[in-house]
Amino acid sequence: MKIMKKRPLLFLLLLPIIWLSACTSGQVANQDITERIAVASTPEIIWGVKADTNLFGLYNIAKGEIEGFDIDIAKALTEEITGSADNAEFVEVTSKTRIPLIKNGNIDAIIATMTISEERKKQVDFSDVYFAAGQSLLVPNDSAIQSIEDLNADTTVLAVKGSTSAQNIREHAPEANILELENYSEAFTALQSGQGDAMTTDNAILLGIIDENPGYRLAGAPFTDEPYGIAINHGQENFLNEVNKALDTIIENGTYAEIFTKWFPEEEVPELN
Amino acid sequence: MIEILTNYNDVLIEGFINTLIASLIALVISLIIGTLLGIFQVSTNKLLAGIANFYVQLFLNIPLLIIVLFFYVVFPMFFVGVNGFTAGIIGLTIYTSAFIAETVRAGILGVPNGQMEAGLSTGLTYGDTMRYIILPQAIKIVIPPLGNQFINLVKNSSVLAMVAGLDLMYYGDLIASETFNTFDTYIIVALFYLIITLPLTYLMQYVERRLAAND
Repeated sequence: MKIMKKRPLLFLLLLPIIWLSACTSGQVANQDITERIAVASTPEIIWGVKADTNLFGLYNIAKGEIEGFDIDIAKALTEEITGSADNAEFVEVTSKTRIPLIKNGNIDAIIATMTISEERKKQVDFSDVYFAAGQSLLVPNDSAIQSIEDLNADTTVLAVKGSTSAQNIREHAPEANILELENYSEAFTALQSGQGDAMTTDNAILLGIIDENPGYRLAGAPFTDEPYGIAINHGQENFLNEVNKALDTIIENGTYAEIFTKWFPEEEVPELN
Repeated sequence: MIEILTNYNDVLIEGFINTLIASLIALVISLIIGTLLGIFQVSTNKLLAGIANFYVQLFLNIPLLIIVLFFYVVFPMFFVGVNGFTAGIIGLTIYTSAFIAETVRAGILGVPNGQMEAGLSTGLTYGDTMRYIILPQAIKIVIPPLGNQFINLVKNSSVLAMVAGLDLMYYGDLIASETFNTFDTYIIVALFYLIITLPLTYLMQYVERRLAAND
């Protein structure tokens, strides 16, 4: 440890960094979730969910709880696995925080409008598809943009940081300018104030925005196939199997269709698997 | 960590330059506005002092993010369109001006009252006393806290990331979300900030020493 003697101040500065990196491999993350559920007196499952996404996970200020499609699916799955929907605990996550939170064991699973992708599979495992989403464009009613083909070098598309939607625009419309904002509400506010010509993300989320804000429409059909999956940390195969089994059960017994129609009354219940 | 630097060096450098430009513009303008406001605050003119005090109290007590978001989303709805970069610089300037005004005011008040009285009794006007006697002394008092404000300004410029201002932090966020390597990415971003703030710190220390040597 030459550095300690020669540069004591520099070493002192490095100390918290060394300490923080040592922290990333905590005990909690390695514990088998299925085992924990089996032995606990109140077998809780902690779900990471969105709280800013209409229809999927939105904080209801009056009731003081998060509501949405993701939440109801998580509750139904928790009921299948532990016997009671009350065992579902919810933690608010964002696109940026969800991976670190599951890695350090703060949450057991992410059910937060998360698209299954190869890049993400390096970090987490995914359950079977629980919602068949695709990316679309949101534009004002009077916009000239009718589909993804209308995007060119003069148009600016607003996307959200930490999502795959910006990459997809680069593939489908390489000419278009892209600006990435913090979250859906900021991206939509930026669209309203004319900072961009279109906003892009999964169709289901855009439908949720239209639901609250008349005067906007989707431009054309979805141009990607981006199914949502439930993310679970590597090394939790038992829990992953249980979640998949529970998902199959609720699709077969009609609970899934019921929840789907509750949140998307205009849409047809899709065939999963 | 090295892969991030090599794979993303073009966006990191673009972000670094944008952060540097935003900080420099905001620094120069807020130094001018802030100094004027600080002098107005201690002015004997009630109206000027009132306006300056109102401005300082207003922007001292509002979060920077809200000021910047206001210029990004509300301003374009009613006036001309400004992009995230410009909105960020406007917000930073308005916010930092208030802090510099407070620093300058404290510096002027830090000069003993007798100096002003002595100036006035030798027949100098209020303005001349301010310019030739009070301000030269106030500058020495103000330099260290002013340096802190400059460094805060550079760090605060990361607020541009929230309004797609294409700065260092904005690209840092994008790289982190693309590589999922949050830790290394932000360490690199922090190092880039140090490239700006450390020389600035030494510059201010140098100026401080030079001024002290003149005593």
